Amino acid sequence: MVKGLTLKGLSTPYNRSLHRFAVFLAGWTFLLIIAGALVTSNDAGLSVPDWPTSFGSLYKIPHMVGGVRFEHTHRMIAQVAGLLTIVLAVWTWRAEQRPWMKYLAIGALGTVIAQGILGGLTVLFYLPPSISSAHAAIAQTFFCLTVAIAMFTGPRWVEEVPKVEADVRRPRLFTLALLSILVLYVQLGLGAMFRHRGMSWWPHVMNAPVVGLVLTWTAIRALSVYAKIEAVRRPAILILALLITQLFLGFLAFLTRVAWGHDAIQPELPMVISTVAHVAVGALLLASVVVLAIQVWRHVPISWQERVPSRQPRPVTV
Amino acid sequence: MNKKVWIVMLGLVFLLGCSKKESETSEAQPAGAAPAAPAATPIDPTTVASVSGTVKFDGAAPKPAKIDMSQDPACKGTNAAETIVADNGDLANVFVYVKDGLGSRTFDVPSQAVTIDQQGCKYHPHVLGVMTGQNIEIKNDDPTTHNIHPTPQSNREWNESQPPQSAPIEKNFAREEIMLPVKCNQHPWMRMYINVVKNPFFAVTGPDGKYEIKGLPPGDYTIAFVQEKLGEKDEKVTLAAKDSKTLDQAFKAE
Repeated sequence: MVKGLTLKGLSTPYNRSLHRFAVFLAGWTFLLIIAGALVTSNDAGLSVPDWPTSFGSLYKIPHMVGGVRFEHTHRMIAQVAGLLTIVLAVWTWRAEQRPWMKYLAIGALGTVIAQGILGGLTVLFYLPPSISSAHAAIAQTFFCLTVAIAMFTGPRWVEEVPKVEADVRRPRLFTLALLSILVLYVQLGLGAMFRHRGMSWWPHVMNAPVVGLVLTWTAIRALSVYAKIEAVRRPAILILALLITQLFLGFLAFLTRVAWGHDAIQPELPMVISTVAHVAVGALLLASVVVLAIQVWRHVPISWQERVPSRQPRPVTV
Repeated sequence: MNKKVWIVMLGLVFLLGCSKKESETSEAQPAGAAPAAPAATPIDPTTVASVSGTVKFDGAAPKPAKIDMSQDPACKGTNAAETIVADNGDLANVFVYVKDGLGSRTFDVPSQAVTIDQQGCKYHPHVLGVMTGQNIEIKNDDPTTHNIHPTPQSNREWNESQPPQSAPIEKNFAREEIMLPVKCNQHPWMRMYINVVKNPFFAVTGPDGKYEIKGLPPGDYTIAFVQEKLGEKDEKVTLAAKDSKTLDQAFKAE
């Protein structure tokens, strides 16, 4: 094994405090995504017209009424998420022995900084769909990073010796997992563009069956072949459950926003609840697929012959 | 070419891009900064004509949507939306203006500002007409903060908050634009429309559906009737000297 160089290395002791902190950050980020979705669904993105200040102040809490409740709450949760990520990056840098984990934590910090800047830009440029959609997509990317960090610092990952099964089927499960991530990102971009009025609803709706098909294929393959590997089975089951929930929520969101609510004089509660839930479950679904992809990469490696060119045999890091 | 030269060139291109954007967006002026307009074309006051009429709504008027103002206890306005206001078939808030027929005539911009008042967490008036470059004074008579956020197509967008008892905000728009939406992101039901035209020949129908446009020089005109939801209808009219014609219009439910 090449110590400290791969995801599969067992070269760091389990740090319970760091893991719990990472789990907390992932939970906080999920809360942040819900807060951001509430801003969009309540059309409150510009209720605080300035940035980085709020009504001219960096620290004063404005009168929390109307759209300001949503926008300023989102900003406060985001500020805390930024601070938590700084702490996580410093802590990981000092405590971790796996170099890639250090870079991952720094990458998470860079992502949250970019996300904050995008959030500011979208306010300063009056919510252009492209910037707002990028803000939405990076939010979920950051969430996936925090979930991955929480997983990598967890006791199972650090202490467990993975059970390995070679994948001989085509397409490979890992390829399917990557394809799932790709179609989910496309769906996320289409949905975000629709939510931010940069695109019609139909590309997002038309792509939904594609997402459903690819994710079902991936999860069923994982369950039918690798059900005995718990680390693969659990995210696969979760993906199926979340997918059904998400399709139902998407239908509800379509009804409340497109079919019934397109003429609404103000954001209505059923629309807000269904669209926010759709965003939140979408984030969970993406994170679950990312977790599955990582676990497949760990437990169901590509066979030796394919991974290592015959003339340069090197040990697989399992 | 070495790397530094490329960086400098890219920087220059970026700066040029920014300055172009600035010149494009500088069309929207702060109050009092309107560019000097050419002298107005004289109109003989002894020949001017007028056109007036009533705008009707055919069919049963839709029930106004109810507004829920509970998210801000300071909002105590009437809770009926003003999307379509029709009483006994008379349609209010229709913007009527001379769309075509004035040729290359130019007109003085009124020095007096028109007023938008925020009261009861609603805009008053709901539909406003204004000339390009004419100042608009925006007041807040509510005990809560509003933000005023026009979302134009051809003018510059802006978004400013206005706390209670603060000084009025003065703005103007440099380009013609019909039914320019203005909204408050703090109170998402607050919405009004500003109509920016280059001539002073416009009116907004009152609750009785009536309008009147006076002082038109004789000529052939296209009169446009625009309603925020029902769209636009155009009518042609020929006005002789001192004519006073009636031009009614009717909108049907969608």
